[in-house]
Amino acid sequence: MHIMEGFLPPIWCLFWFIVSAPFIVYGMYQMRILIRENRETLPLLAVAGAFVFVLSSLKMPSVTGSCSHPTGTGLGAILFGPFVTSVLGLIVLLYQAIFLAHGGLTTLGANVFSMGIAGPIVGWAIYKGCTKTNINTYVTVFLAAALADLFTYVVTSVQLALAFPAESGGFVTSFIAFATMFAGTQVPLAIIEGVIIALVFKYIIAVRGEILVKLNVLSASAVSRLREAAA
Amino acid sequence: MKYQAEITAILIILAFAAMIVVVINSGSHEWAGSDDQAEDVIDQMTGETYEPWASPLYEPPSGEIESLFFSLQAALGAIVIGFFFGYYYRGRQINP
Repeated sequence: MHIMEGFLPPIWCLFWFIVSAPFIVYGMYQMRILIRENRETLPLLAVAGAFVFVLSSLKMPSVTGSCSHPTGTGLGAILFGPFVTSVLGLIVLLYQAIFLAHGGLTTLGANVFSMGIAGPIVGWAIYKGCTKTNINTYVTVFLAAALADLFTYVVTSVQLALAFPAESGGFVTSFIAFATMFAGTQVPLAIIEGVIIALVFKYIIAVRGEILVKLNVLSASAVSRLREAAA
Repeated sequence: MKYQAEITAILIILAFAAMIVVVINSGSHEWAGSDDQAEDVIDQMTGETYEPWASPLYEPPSGEIESLFFSLQAALGAIVIGFFFGYYYRGRQINP
């Protein structure tokens, strides 16, 4: 769930716009290079964007008796890195802010930062870190996607706590209150999201593993090993 | 095992569904969005009612129209995913 329209004081709205802008600009630059030099990756880029679209439209009930939705940014982060993913996140957040009154235009900067930038950076870092070790590829993808989702809400909690520190206890009390509220709802959804993206990753390896090699996501030997395991 | 990933995924999703069934049958819940809950926490933390200083330019006139836009969003994404997976899969069959 994103921060709603008008729910951040103007100064914080401006602050998060300024923080997010360089990521978006660099992401667009990276995307241009990718499209120009690696045209065959274009369908995969569309699929990564489509995943953010589908998963962030599914408001699911959770064990706490409230609803929230996954973010779907993990796949983009793993395949294309956090900068390109921030552009994909921006597109979805714009759609939801304009047509659905979900999130908002004034809080767009803050929401892009949590969902499009901070989450994907964590997912991407976890993926890169774990592929160097011996952990199973699908477990790695699961961890990256689930923690990207979860970290998005940690950042949302930080953003809200910075703007609304508690009367007594200030930032920390406020952060704990927001984080516990989001975490209860989000942990089960993050697990589901991780599972779905890990499964999709298996199919991408099966149909177009060589593009993953080209994007430097997996080594050629890892692709052929995973293909043999799935055959 | 060939379908190990699929079986694991189905089991985890079933476990999630079972938890939801338990929660539904244990007392009443609002099933509100967590962004609405955030509003309540803001009021609790600051001890006053927060007045949003901006309102959305356009708001779906009813829950039905809102769900239309959400379904449209999911459908658009699903078309793209299905199209390209089909394209890749067929390409692989013709040209392995």
